[in-house]
Amino acid sequence: MSEPAAASVVPTTDPSTYLPSQPISGDLTDQMLQTDFWTDELVAAAGIPIVDIPFVTIGGGIGSFVTVDYLRIAGVPTSQMRVLSTLDFPWQTYEYLTRVSQVPRPERIRSDSASRPDNIWGFPSYAVSEAIQKKTLAPLWSVFAEPIFTDYYTPKAGHVFENLERESNRIAYNEMLVKGLVRIVRRRYGGGYFTILTPPEGASATKRVAFRSQYVHIAVGYPGLKFLPELQRYRTENNDYRHIVNAYEAHEHVYERLVQTPSTVLVRGGGIVASRILQRLMDDREKYGAQTNIVHLFRTYINGTNDGYGNEGDARPGGGRTRTFMRRRGENGWAYQGFNYPKSVWGGQLKAQVRKLDGEQRAELYKRMGGTNTPWRKSWQRQMNQGRREGWYNVVVGTVEDMQPSGERILNQVRTAQGVVPLEVDFVIDCTGLEADIAEHRLLKDLLDHGGASRNPVGRLNVDRNFELIGTASGSGTLYASGATTLGGYFPGVDTFLGLQVAAQEIYGDLAKRGFCKRIGPVRSTLQWWKWLAGSAP
Amino acid sequence: MLPTLNGRLQTRIFMLVVFGSLVTLVLTPVLPGDPDHGTTFIILATVLVLGIVWELIYHGIQQFRWEKDWPTMFGLITILNEGALVWLLVDAGVVPGIDEGSVPFWAFFIDFSVIWFVIWVWTNGPMRVPLIRWRFFGGRIV
Ligand SMILES: Cc1cc2nc3c(=O)[nH]c(=O)nc-3n(C[C@H](O)[C@H](O)[C@H](O)COP(=O)(O)OP(=O)(O)OC[C@H]3O[C@@H](n4cnc5c(N)ncnc54)[C@H](O)[C@@H]3O)c2cc1C
Repeated sequence: MSEPAAASVVPTTDPSTYLPSQPISGDLTDQMLQTDFWTDELVAAAGIPIVDIPFVTIGGGIGSFVTVDYLRIAGVPTSQMRVLSTLDFPWQTYEYLTRVSQVPRPERIRSDSASRPDNIWGFPSYAVSEAIQKKTLAPLWSVFAEPIFTDYYTPKAGHVFENLERESNRIAYNEMLVKGLVRIVRRRYGGGYFTILTPPEGASATKRVAFRSQYVHIAVGYPGLKFLPELQRYRTENNDYRHIVNAYEAHEHVYERLVQTPSTVLVRGGGIVASRILQRLMDDREKYGAQTNIVHLFRTYINGTNDGYGNEGDARPGGGRTRTFMRRRGENGWAYQGFNYPKSVWGGQLKAQVRKLDGEQRAELYKRMGGTNTPWRKSWQRQMNQGRREGWYNVVVGTVEDMQPSGERILNQVRTAQGVVPLEVDFVIDCTGLEADIAEHRLLKDLLDHGGASRNPVGRLNVDRNFELIGTASGSGTLYASGATTLGGYFPGVDTFLGLQVAAQEIYGDLAKRGFCKRIGPVRSTLQWWKWLAGSAP
Repeated sequence: MLPTLNGRLQTRIFMLVVFGSLVTLVLTPVLPGDPDHGTTFIILATVLVLGIVWELIYHGIQQFRWEKDWPTMFGLITILNEGALVWLLVDAGVVPGIDEGSVPFWAFFIDFSVIWFVIWVWTNGPMRVPLIRWRFFGGRIV
């Protein structure tokens, strides 16, 4: 299990494993921690070895991957870039999160056919490659008819990972990977930055290594797991981590128990993760004859057309009326939407619109098109309808006031419109959210305190249209950030494969202007695409 | 596609000028009823001019969609309304430079369908190869 304060949501990257038990030389000094701009002498005096490299990207997840992919295609050799990461391969965190939240390799993910982190062009799309690989027209029909006659086509997780591996080999990703946990990034006196890495035990003679670079990119993903406070309290007070689980942590034991013993499960949340968990519970009923009773708790019950402020018909604090041109479908508690934002934020009207908005206005539009939602999928509808008919899938609307152990079970007091009702269940699966505040990430907190970074209208890292972290420039050096930590900026879809590629394109463009890489014009782009197709190095 | 109004218009003009012209040039000599290049290019120009009006209409329709997208299928089936209108105008002799009833239906049908299909396929994939910004900027070329 991972602690919310850890740098990563993957349990294996426990920061303590990077802290050697023996005091060894080359550590950060108090003077360094108190100084916003470091001189070369300051770092050298601390006994920290300095490695010169023009570009480092911190994180080593999908965000770092697509960024170095762009730069490799723009002609940057591997010797000019380093990926600083605790991960062995870029899709490690993503694969972990999707697997525990019930998207194993054979299942389909959420994003669409042209969201290809292994291919900057998005062509051929996943549907085309799947059609060729499997010799079937079905994926092509699907992308043709979506979303009118079919659900949106989405690729299988395994297909995505295999192709990422291919691209990773093609661009020689491993030559750039340096393993370790990044502790801090500080501006360098005279320009550029120092990035302090704590390598795994035994990998270095010193406790820290400093990377001196002109450009830094930060893509550290989710700051941490966020549990609902009442669930967290129950878990710690009763030392019960078995019956109350978060969808983003390993919880196979729950499904194993459910197949053996008829039980009642409380599912909390109304997003895609709740849909996935319900699918698993319902699949297990169908396949293994589990006798699971499902109680689904919605905090907000969507009953028709809606937007991020809620139902069209309800009182909408701050939301005014739903706009005729800005409302989505919903029913049975859910708000329906293919992707985590309306599709055009990744390239069309909404992208162009938000790019022009600042402050309050931007926050308002984010709110209006936001809100928890899930795709309408035929198979999910069928299962839920069956559950409603047969009485083993029930919905409750409200909030949990209190939770107490009751023998082996958990007694919840749920505040509903009809008053407080008791609800006794065997398991609770929390599907309500992943994201903690950015200040819970030590590296990001330090950038806010000492690096000149600030928060945007929705409280995350404030980046410009080119994904430069506003306020952090250092001489001719630039600090960029992309991914979930930058949500709320001039481009909404940041925390997705395609969003990370949009960001990577902006970052590449900025670096091309600064002379770090070549421009990917029509000729270079076409030649590089052929190389991609042939599988030869960029 | 995720077009903006500006992107729609630019893409429409670019596609018809580049691929429309290429196909028209190559295809005209083999069309039934031997229409000359003058006629087929006037038809192409008609498609372009009317297309700009159609794009305004499509943009309006798109506003009713929460996603503000333009599904792949719409790009193909709009061949029906656009093709029908151009044919009616061509056949009725309303288009300047083309006499009433002078263009054989099958010549028009083949020419129009091939152009449409080539452009539709190109827009839904290969276009992203030379122009990496195009799909992220609503179909704008400049
Ligand atoms: C269940 C689930 C399903 C999703 N499905 C989709 C989908 O279908 N399509 C889609 O486009 N998006 C999807 N997303 C969003 C997806 O997670 C992102 O698109 C993408 O994986 C984020 O990449 P990233 O690089 O920002 O973060 P990550 O891939 O998480 O990588 C960041 C990594 O940085 C490392 N790190 C953190 N701090 C430090 C440090 N101090 N030093 C060194 N390393 C550090 C951590 O190990 C972390 O794993 C999904 C998300 C979830 C949770």
